[in-house]
Amino acid sequence: MKKRPSLVAGCYLVALILTGALRAQTIPRIQFEKYTLPNGLEVILHEDHSTPIIAVDTWYHVGSGDEQVGRTGFAHLFEHIMFMGSEHVPVGSFDRLLEAAGGDNNGSTTEDRTNYYETLPSNALPLALWLDSDRMGFLLPTMDLAKVNLQRDVVKNERRQRVDNVPYGRADETILAALYPKAHPYSWPVIGSMTDLSAASLADVQNFFRTYYAPNNATLTIAGDFDPAAAKKLVAEYFGSIPRGPAIQRRTTVPPVVIPRDTFLVLEDRVQLPRLYYTWHSVKDFAKDDAALDILAQILANDKNSRLYKHLVYELQVAQDVGAVQDGSRLDGKFQIDVTPKPGQKVSDIDRLVETEIKNVIDNGITSRELQRAQNSFKARFLNRLASVLGKADRLNYYNYIVGNPDYVQQDAARYDRVTAADVQRVARTYLGRPKIVLTVVPEGKRDMMLTASGGGR
Amino acid sequence: MNPVRLLGALGVASALLTGSASIATAQNSIDRTKPPELGPPPTLSLPPIVTRQLANGLKLMIVEQHELPLADFVLLAGSGSTSDPAGKPGVANLTAAMLREGTTTRKSLEIADQAAFLGVNLSSGSSWESSTVSLHTPTAQLDSALALFADVALHPSFATGEFERLRKNRLTDLLQIRDQGPAIANLAFPAILYGSGHPYGLPSIGTEASVKSLTTSDLQAYYQSNYRPNNSTLIIVGDVKPDQIEQKINALFGGWQRGEVPQVTYGEPPKPAATTIYIIDKPAAAQSSFRIGSIGVPRSTKDYFALSVMNTILGGSFSSRLNQNLRETRGYTYGAGSRFDMRRAAGPFTASAEIVAAKTDSALLEFMKELSGIRQSISPAELSRAKRYLQLQLPGDFETTQQIAGALVPVALYGLPLDYYNNYVQNIEAVTLADVNRVAQQYINPAALAIVIVGDRKTIEPGLKSTNIGPIIVRDISGEVIQ
Repeated sequence: MKKRPSLVAGCYLVALILTGALRAQTIPRIQFEKYTLPNGLEVILHEDHSTPIIAVDTWYHVGSGDEQVGRTGFAHLFEHIMFMGSEHVPVGSFDRLLEAAGGDNNGSTTEDRTNYYETLPSNALPLALWLDSDRMGFLLPTMDLAKVNLQRDVVKNERRQRVDNVPYGRADETILAALYPKAHPYSWPVIGSMTDLSAASLADVQNFFRTYYAPNNATLTIAGDFDPAAAKKLVAEYFGSIPRGPAIQRRTTVPPVVIPRDTFLVLEDRVQLPRLYYTWHSVKDFAKDDAALDILAQILANDKNSRLYKHLVYELQVAQDVGAVQDGSRLDGKFQIDVTPKPGQKVSDIDRLVETEIKNVIDNGITSRELQRAQNSFKARFLNRLASVLGKADRLNYYNYIVGNPDYVQQDAARYDRVTAADVQRVARTYLGRPKIVLTVVPEGKRDMMLTASGGGR
Repeated sequence: MNPVRLLGALGVASALLTGSASIATAQNSIDRTKPPELGPPPTLSLPPIVTRQLANGLKLMIVEQHELPLADFVLLAGSGSTSDPAGKPGVANLTAAMLREGTTTRKSLEIADQAAFLGVNLSSGSSWESSTVSLHTPTAQLDSALALFADVALHPSFATGEFERLRKNRLTDLLQIRDQGPAIANLAFPAILYGSGHPYGLPSIGTEASVKSLTTSDLQAYYQSNYRPNNSTLIIVGDVKPDQIEQKINALFGGWQRGEVPQVTYGEPPKPAATTIYIIDKPAAAQSSFRIGSIGVPRSTKDYFALSVMNTILGGSFSSRLNQNLRETRGYTYGAGSRFDMRRAAGPFTASAEIVAAKTDSALLEFMKELSGIRQSISPAELSRAKRYLQLQLPGDFETTQQIAGALVPVALYGLPLDYYNNYVQNIEAVTLADVNRVAQQYINPAALAIVIVGDRKTIEPGLKSTNIGPIIVRDISGEVIQ
């Protein structure tokens, strides 16, 4: 078992006392009221009058995981199209009106959901509700191919800016395609492929809207400085008359992920240094082992004293950086470690060091201090997310969507407090003991640098 | 994100509205054909800033915010990269980084261990004219967190082994910048604009040569000269009481010794040259990184508010001209914008975007059209929208402890009045159409721009040549002339 030799006893005692203090700092509940309009729209209200602003955050229960083969990236392209005006809101007005009212807005798309949010001065709530209800109820009358084409170009540039023109940017989609079977909703990236973006048609937009963008597939959360009675009336006025859409069938299961043996991939990129990505199939968000895997990621790589950082980056200085993440989504999840070797280091040597550190956790477990450090970091993260009304609106929507209860922040935080050192050792053995996908991103023309089953990697 | 605010004096849409009248109406009677009229914006009462000063000259700026059991501390020393010794770019930056790499009583890993254990964020860094040590902490273990924070700020050990590690890391960072077109553009643009004779033209992260040549003595010397209480302000925001926190701070920082802090002299920046296109080759780049601009104004400019409004119209908001044209009309980019970096001396004005390679020349023509167009005419409606945007967003900048601490940084750094934000709305309101037209003409000169484009030279050079916007010069990734 690895200890932290540099810690003196005195320090350790003080720290133990401190831990008590942080643990005593409970995560506050987010008070809220939830109701459903006759058309199925869920509404969540949270009052916070500390600053005269409001966050309006609408979640549609659709994401890239709902896309059809040949139309990857469509849910996100659709998100862009939602800003192109609607029947009563001419194109361009959405941002002009919000900005002139002091508001900011954006949207985001994941595998599982799409959201649209505004933060604005508290007097401007009606404006946000007018804009959001118009695009929920009246998007198609003024939709045309020109709008789709314009945002198609913008999204292709977003892909270039986030993926194609970024070092290592194509690693993610390469790994997803190898980790998940073709029919798996997470086997393609949210941003989609250029080919599929090119293929999206006006009819696709119309069908997608009719299928998924109905009040009965959305949750509207309003957080901040407002009077609940007045807000409810406004919500009823703006959203109440939007007709309910057809019932929506979304998948609740995914095809099994089978990785019979370690799979080695290589991707050439315009990079100075290679990078190794190890990816294991793990568990979905809120599954029994999700929190323990989050803590394992923290202990392996996300802190200066973490196993991989300390040994490879700090002590041996053979790696420039390391990372680890448990990435659990609604239906499935993966665990990933990445390491960038320093110039001149062989990936096969790096690989042996990574394997040794993982094996050490599997064989010998972790220290209580490692566990407490990770738990305290997560606790602070929970607290920090509640500092803004937009952060609280996001949490309410997230818990409502994933566990069916907006009031879940304390239970979520408690998951991390319950994790034991034995849990972390067990999940390391269970999940990191499985066969994995190993991708080496190499500088162009240097495929012989890739890691292989026999080591390889010059 | 941000939002709101307001003042009666704005004359904003005033009408009444929304409130109770429309609420009473039936569900189907709302008029969707036009935007709802909004009631008067809320008044923001900005939290008072309490100022104190320790005997050694350290200034405290304290704002109470008791919404969550959190607090933010920013120790701001008024020296940064512009105080790098001649020929040694990167010293300020590495000095700040080394603060977390060991003190006289805590090793590097112990600092990280204790910060993680306490659940706090402890960071240090430098900018052009400041160096900061920041702490974001739950208040449950405030004393322990503050002790760690003070130790890092006041007793760095500058251990050689830790520095050698950081040096190696930094050299690899510099190597990896070659992978990133936008990062290359961010370094090359100021280098070309200011030249190596002005501190704003030098890379604050250092160069390969300078990083290789530095020693811990360079960092020690920088620290001793610049990290002094009489050169510093400690910003404190959160769930604290001024008297109590002052006592704690005095106990930790009261023994910090005053010192004479060297003044920075800024050489005259180069005279503006005729508009020139500088290409930096990034073979096969999917996008071209545009940085277009000129030397702008210092933070002390009398035109601060007029420039803020004008730039909001040009490229400082989503509905700005640059973004509307290059993104929302033409689809050449995921986003285009512009900004004036205002510092102690005149910082750069920069218009920027990442443009699909095939539209590099077309995009340049559109950039030039907007940079000329802003000088021709600005409409009263644009002026009004931009003013509302800036005014009404102010409250959103004061929501969290971190935001409030961030808002106080320029107040401390540039000596703005303590009631700066209280008067912000009126100052924006006072900007007239004549003002924005004047500053557009005065500070944006399409005939004297540095146009830096990092992209696939083979693809983009012929088209750029045919724009006839200016001579084309090819530079290397440091902005240096290729011999």
